Amino acid sequence: MLRYILRRFGFMVLSLWVIVTITFILMNVVPGNPFSSAKLTPQVLKQLERKYNLDRPKWEQYLTYLKNLLRFDLGISIRERGRSVNSIIKSCFPVSLVVGIEALCFAVTTGLALGIIAALYRGRTIDYIAIIIAIIGVSVPNFVVASTLQYILGAKLKILPIARWEGPKYHILPAFSLGLGTLATMARMMRSSMLEVVNQDYIRTAKAKGLSPVQVTWRHCIRNAILPIVTILGPLIANITTGTLVVERMFGIPGLGRYFVESIYNRDYPLIMGTTVFYAAILLLMTFLVDITYAIVDPRIRLVKGRD
Amino acid sequence: MLEMNLKPSDFEPISLDQREGEAITRPHISYWQDVWMRFKKNRLALTGLTVLAILTFMAIIGPIISPWDYRECDYNHINEFISARHWFGTDYLGRDMFTRLWFGTRISIFIGITAALLDLCIGVVWGGISGYFGGLVDDIMMRIVDILYGIPYLLVVILLLVVMEPGLWTIILAMSLTGWTGMARLVRGQILQLKEMEYVLAARSVGASPRRIIARHLVPNTMGVVLVSLTMSIPGAIFGEAFLSFIGLGVPMPLASLGTLANEGYQVLLVYPHNVIIPALTIILLILSFNFVGDGLRDALDPRLRQ
Repeated sequence: MLRYILRRFGFMVLSLWVIVTITFILMNVVPGNPFSSAKLTPQVLKQLERKYNLDRPKWEQYLTYLKNLLRFDLGISIRERGRSVNSIIKSCFPVSLVVGIEALCFAVTTGLALGIIAALYRGRTIDYIAIIIAIIGVSVPNFVVASTLQYILGAKLKILPIARWEGPKYHILPAFSLGLGTLATMARMMRSSMLEVVNQDYIRTAKAKGLSPVQVTWRHCIRNAILPIVTILGPLIANITTGTLVVERMFGIPGLGRYFVESIYNRDYPLIMGTTVFYAAILLLMTFLVDITYAIVDPRIRLVKGRD
Repeated sequence: MLEMNLKPSDFEPISLDQREGEAITRPHISYWQDVWMRFKKNRLALTGLTVLAILTFMAIIGPIISPWDYRECDYNHINEFISARHWFGTDYLGRDMFTRLWFGTRISIFIGITAALLDLCIGVVWGGISGYFGGLVDDIMMRIVDILYGIPYLLVVILLLVVMEPGLWTIILAMSLTGWTGMARLVRGQILQLKEMEYVLAARSVGASPRRIIARHLVPNTMGVVLVSLTMSIPGAIFGEAFLSFIGLGVPMPLASLGTLANEGYQVLLVYPHNVIIPALTIILLILSFNFVGDGLRDALDPRLRQ
């Protein structure tokens, strides 16, 4: 078990290193540096370059960059004068985290419930409704969901606010549009997983020994069916994270995603790079945790995965 | 006890015409004909294929039959609703939406298919070599895949698009750079199973080179699974492109993909909702039909995989 965790941890660190290196190379491929656009005298430019180590050879800059990263120092933004990328992340990420967690909770609970109900009532109306929701959720991009909801619920019916980030009322539409795709994948996986489990021998045994249907479903079906779902949590979290880029921009939420997209428009390279590394670290950590959780929850996987 | 009345004539060889009774009278059905027969029975998949054919046909023919060019501005008819002059209306620069829609569909489909095919080429070669040789080669190649697989692909794509020249091929290249890893894993898994087969041993024993065995015997046999994965990854690529276009990293102006059209329409959503509804519906139809075709193909190729 410890070996497995160490292995996965090693991969996480390696992947992160690859990302950081790609980021560094790309940052240096772009012509000019943060100060080349400002009108500065050669002396001032030289001093600034000395201050930020830009006059050093590339490999030395790379090592400094790695060293700074180890101290969680991501550099300074060009657009926001004097503001470090760290302080921007610190002030914006909590908002994104709230948006993401709300969407994830909504998607996981509703998706699982929908999948379970669909499997229990296979072939009935409710099953078809669940399948249709799953198909729609998988095929409709989140920006289409968001704009439709904004138009109908926000602009025409005026039930919910179109944008901004104030009270709990403002959280409903972003969470829904961000979570729908994940919800659909969840429901689909849970349904097929449940259908597989229902036909197993141990379910027949459970029924034969006289357990009530509720107990059979709760203690035997769901517990076993939920296992494979854990594996797809990693990609789904990545999905939601990238989704925040779009949703935060559409709903005017002051989170990191919106900053990221704006930094792309502004060509604020240090901010783009810093945020990318940050996002990559978060996502890799999530995948790592999901993998570990899965190994803890299901001993069979641990054995198979540890060997290959 | 059972009494058997056997005559010496019972032990004579049967005549030729009796043996003809065992001859195959039905027409021979090849693997792909069989797949097509099963695919045809799936009504949803067939509908998907039809919609896909119509969309592709319109994407090819649409910009040609329309009297307008996709970048031509009709300044007297800005933000027009559906009319005889402009069949799907115009955008904020007076550009004809009918032409732009089909032009955008063309680009979206092109990006989706090309990115998926590029993934396929790299993935099949990488997975094939890795799976066939095994051992140290496999270890090194698969560790590289593992590391790349862990990297969130959209972030790499965004990074690349920020520093590279914006354009169609940049997007395709950026998406394929990390996208091929899934295919490589899939092909490797298949090859690992297939290489134990007797026909591979036979090929090896008559002196076929590894290159020939991989290319002629192993890879063609993985095509079923690969094809399903290909159909499934096309909507993924279209989705990804739409996402990138929507955050402003799509094909440069005045080119248009479905994602950029939806983004432009979104700016005027409250006033001219049809400018976003039409491209959005087309994206949905496109992705839906690709998904249906993929599902149908999977069921047709291997009924055991049916969910």
